[in-house]
Amino acid sequence: MKVVGISGSIVGSKTKTAMSLLWEEMSKAYPNAEHVLLDLADYQLQFSDGRNYLDYTGDTAYVTEQIMQADILFIGTPIFQASIPGTLKNVFDLLPTQALRDKVAAIIVTAGSARHFLVAEQQLKPILSYMKAHLVSSYVFAEEKDFLNGKIINDDVHFRLQRLIEDAFDLAEAQASIRTKKEAEYDF
Amino acid sequence: MEKYRIDPSKGMEFGIYTLGDHLADPRTGERISAKERIQQMVRLAELADQAGIDFFSVGESHQPYFASQAHAVILAAIAQATEKIKIGSSSTILSTSDPVRVYENFATLDLISNGRAEIIAGRASRVGLFELLGYDLQNYEALFEEKFDLLLQLNEDEVVNWSGEFRRPLRNAEVLPRPVNGSLPIWRAVGGTPASAIKAGYAGVPMTLAMLGGPASVFKQTIDTYREALAARGFDPTQLPVATTGFFYAAETTQEALRDYYPHINEGMKKTNGQGFPKQLFAQGADHRSIINVGSSQQIIEKILYQHEQFGHQRYLAQLDFGGVPFEKMARNIEYIGTEILPAIKKYTKQGGAEQ
Repeated sequence: MKVVGISGSIVGSKTKTAMSLLWEEMSKAYPNAEHVLLDLADYQLQFSDGRNYLDYTGDTAYVTEQIMQADILFIGTPIFQASIPGTLKNVFDLLPTQALRDKVAAIIVTAGSARHFLVAEQQLKPILSYMKAHLVSSYVFAEEKDFLNGKIINDDVHFRLQRLIEDAFDLAEAQASIRTKKEAEYDF
Repeated sequence: MEKYRIDPSKGMEFGIYTLGDHLADPRTGERISAKERIQQMVRLAELADQAGIDFFSVGESHQPYFASQAHAVILAAIAQATEKIKIGSSSTILSTSDPVRVYENFATLDLISNGRAEIIAGRASRVGLFELLGYDLQNYEALFEEKFDLLLQLNEDEVVNWSGEFRRPLRNAEVLPRPVNGSLPIWRAVGGTPASAIKAGYAGVPMTLAMLGGPASVFKQTIDTYREALAARGFDPTQLPVATTGFFYAAETTQEALRDYYPHINEGMKKTNGQGFPKQLFAQGADHRSIINVGSSQQIIEKILYQHEQFGHQRYLAQLDFGGVPFEKMARNIEYIGTEILPAIKKYTKQGGAEQ
């Protein structure tokens, strides 16, 4: 099982903080999973120009290949201007239309206030569904008051992250076993 | 149709095409050398020729896992090794070549082969070759359109005056040698979408349509759109041939064919396209409405005839060597085609054939 995390912004700290905590919890709960956390701030990605992802080079090739190899994707995003940041949208634009087929996607949203809660529901989930991901239906939402000095101080967010991790792995295992059974039936 | 060397009274043409992929056999994990792979293409063309197959073509690709970078050179070897079979490119990536050079190569190929050469010109689905050959990807569409226009003009006129954006002008240029009968059949390669088919229609050129998967009815829409575009520009759709292409694999039973070919398709697609081919989609290939021609000879005959009924096309091109298929399996496929499939297709698609 390969797990890839994306911290979807190149500015700010909350998404990175939430993803770091999620990664810590996941490594404890699933120590055997192969995992890669991609903080977009660490990479120089070019804008999508529509080519096959295999034709990109450098960081763009690395990031897209990691995502294409994943079984589970944890997508962390802040909310900018009533939507996801352009940096994260660009990552999706770099990939094939059905890039997330047979992958599980789980969402972690950070925001300044609770007013942004439905943005992921209306802006991010449609993209992931379009790209054929199996979605963990509930997502973790953490806002300004849950953070202090680079830590998440709301215990409930910790619990919710733990449940999200568990739900993502359960869904991935369930989907994989259904797929294996189904493919065996084809007998080819 | 004469201009394109197609005689509909003889029934639909059946051809074989290779993209020139150079991949490991997924069952053994072993990959033959580029030398062997290229020689394999030539031998496959020879077998196709002996089996009475109408057409054989080789694609141009410049990325890893391909051995057909110099496809015109491979075609020259094929021209020499074969006698009757028509030969061509599938496709020549015109966007990153000088049309004068392409025309010189294929006119020469036509002379070597006694008038058997054709060009299918395309835009490339992968774009690494733009950098390799020194072109700007930003001009992806403009490059092709300009070069394709020039290629058509070189084919029509012995003396050419031309100017454009991407190469120096031509002033009273004689592009030599000339093909055996003065011109070559030049087709436009079209992906699955109607937008590209419309361009082929507006240009009044024959179309070779790529079909990866899905029902025939979807591709019928693209073909209908092409013919409407032809008619809208004053071309006669009955004079312009349509070819379709797709995965092909024959075996004793349909299940055996699916089982044999699937790992090659799935692993091959992963390497060349970045994503495998879903088993579910491949399983639907067994349905007579699917354009994947994988199955027993009888099932393939029924499917191709169904497609012919839908499309009214003049040529079908089969891809049976993708993803490291062992040569003896390719040879076995040629045998099925030559002894069972081809005779049936010809019988039922030649004019008045159904009554015979």
